[in-house]
Amino acid sequence: MDVDLTEEQEFFAETTRRFLWDQCPTTVVRALEANPDGFDRAFWKAGCELGWTSMLVSEADGGGCLSGPGRGILDLALVAEEMGRVVAPGPLVPTNVVAFALSHGGTAQQKQRWLPGLLHGEQIGAWVNGSGSVVEAGAQADVFVYSLGDRLRVIAADDPAVQVTPWEGLDLVRRYASVVIADDAAGEPLVGSAESLSRIALVLQCAETCGVVDAVFEMTLEYLGHRYSFGRPLASYQALKHRIADDKMHLEGCHAITTAAARAVADDVANAGELVSAAKAWIGSVATDIVQDCVQHHGGIAVTWEHDIHLYLRRATVNRAMYGTASAHRQRLATTILGTAS
Amino acid sequence: MTSPRAETVDEFRARARTWIRENLPILEDFERPDVPGRREFERALQRKLYDAGFAGICFPADCGGLGLSPAYQRAFTEEAAGYDMPSSFNVPTLGILAATLVDFGTDEQKRRHIPAILRGEELWVQFLSEPSGGSDLAGCLTRADRDGDVFVLNGSKIWSSGAKDSDYAMILARTNWDVPKHRGLTMFILKIHQPGVTVEQIRQVDGSMEFCQEFFDDVIVPVSDVVGEIDDGWTVATRLLTHERAAVGGGSIYTSGRSVGHDTGYSATDNLITDLAKATHQADDAHVRQLVAEAHVRQLVSGAMVRRVSHGIANGKLPGQAGAIMKLFTANNTIRRCEIALEIAGGAAAAWPSGEEPPTRIASEMSLWRQSMSLGGGSNEIQRNIISERVLGMPREYAADRDIPYRDVRRS
Repeated sequence: MDVDLTEEQEFFAETTRRFLWDQCPTTVVRALEANPDGFDRAFWKAGCELGWTSMLVSEADGGGCLSGPGRGILDLALVAEEMGRVVAPGPLVPTNVVAFALSHGGTAQQKQRWLPGLLHGEQIGAWVNGSGSVVEAGAQADVFVYSLGDRLRVIAADDPAVQVTPWEGLDLVRRYASVVIADDAAGEPLVGSAESLSRIALVLQCAETCGVVDAVFEMTLEYLGHRYSFGRPLASYQALKHRIADDKMHLEGCHAITTAAARAVADDVANAGELVSAAKAWIGSVATDIVQDCVQHHGGIAVTWEHDIHLYLRRATVNRAMYGTASAHRQRLATTILGTAS
Repeated sequence: MTSPRAETVDEFRARARTWIRENLPILEDFERPDVPGRREFERALQRKLYDAGFAGICFPADCGGLGLSPAYQRAFTEEAAGYDMPSSFNVPTLGILAATLVDFGTDEQKRRHIPAILRGEELWVQFLSEPSGGSDLAGCLTRADRDGDVFVLNGSKIWSSGAKDSDYAMILARTNWDVPKHRGLTMFILKIHQPGVTVEQIRQVDGSMEFCQEFFDDVIVPVSDVVGEIDDGWTVATRLLTHERAAVGGGSIYTSGRSVGHDTGYSATDNLITDLAKATHQADDAHVRQLVAEAHVRQLVSGAMVRRVSHGIANGKLPGQAGAIMKLFTANNTIRRCEIALEIAGGAAAAWPSGEEPPTRIASEMSLWRQSMSLGGGSNEIQRNIISERVLGMPREYAADRDIPYRDVRRS
């Protein structure tokens, strides 16, 4: 988490954390594996009442945040991180991306049609990021934002030109679907760019991964302190202490670059895209290694279904894969630094 | 009577910008501290900063500083990017030793030395490590024996950067052998060039002569040069090391301008890596592009890490020892970035036309030196102990010398 939060933000993060601890212990997450939606509607609505879908929506459209107009990503990142800490269910990234796209680029009529439902958790939004791609909450969504050429468009999920096929996925509760939208579909244009949506998705994803790794790291530290081998706690072995120190260093790097990226997006600075890609390139290359190292520290128990660590590893792995891998983002950065490869 | 309105950060920044453009030379890359005449040049540059009212921005006003907040120092450093600065004053003089003097020095010691440092008249070094071992700092063998109003110093210190061309040192010496090791140490201010002190230079792997070893034969140190309390030098040393981690990691409020060069300059190696890709005609190679981007990501993460850890320590969100995280990260970063540079340089790292200094040569010579950041200022292994034990609360390592009078401790 950012080390420079305001008191208001601290209070908000704490409230979110308590709500999530109360509402989604891992027993609940495990039970939702059998739920086709992957989340409970009442839970999602309660989260929306706490502001989970309001923060990127302007006040005029019924939204609002703590950090001031245009800076809601800083507050929403706190939610994402807390959700990561408990591997929470719920379409946080896709719904917020859609709400943002509508609030900042939709007509009055489009806003009126979709925003109240998204803000109150009665409807779900999903973002089709690339043509024929796998879409988070694709089968749960009521409305899609997608790209046609350079333009963003919005279309109702029940439009006959939209073909949705639910897929299976690695995460127990995060649902994906293949979504194909015909080129001649009657989607309505939105003002805005896929790049700005991508930045939001990536900041939230990185923040969530920070929470995931934080939680795993904390449970591992506790385990090493209580588990004895050869008459002494595992935590007393220097070989393990040094690995934990390296993991901590990498984890602090995750938090640091996520904060930097979130601030850059909030302030809309010139190199915001660069910082966002750097965040994903870093987190995408270290987060699953930290979690896997924690699996190793736990021993055999950590590769059982019974132990919760796999819920976290699944989330970290899915996040690593979605919205561009680390090497895809390094490729983007190389273009910034060296120009386009001939 | 109304007091003059304090200058805002923006006003200060604007004034600094104008002055910097008119007065500071443009920075040449890879300015090495051992280039002949460089130290004298930097002393003059430091004096110039002092005369213009830009020295010691965050040092307290009663120590001769400007007493301004870190925001002013950040503004100055940002404006000074790309200009030559007296960066050898940063570490260890300003960021570590003057900082420690602010914390523990007597009023007289501060008045005597800090303004002189800010005027460029005194360069300082730290005499901590000894030939018998560096990581076990509290196990030092250099002794200072009390004789009336003075101490008599005997022993040897090593790995002090630039001692030959410096003026003063902070030296840790054993003043009591009848107590456990941490409780019998005292920190002193020592004038380097005086009878009984011999300074020898050590030639390093890259050919430079920055490191020194010193020998002390019955050197007289007045009691008034004790920093902190007698036999409580470990408290001073611990604070000194905290300042060191901050300064080396890039998070000190007392340093000014970015350091460039092989010891702390990752901004310089970033340009180097890009230059290498172009110079070796590999800017279109997919593998090389990944490496260039990786180096850049590391630079961005490093900058973000410095901000996070220094802010976190300042506002109490992170423990003071978290500086070790920054230090370890910076050291690891140096290793990986050197590795990337060497990988891109390829065969051209082995030989080059006589007398030339292509980026491939810089890459290969730099790689010989890459572990220095992982050794100096507390090795990576010590930083990992600090992170696991002090930051994360894991059990301390067993120490065979704990609670034993130091004269009874086994030594090599």
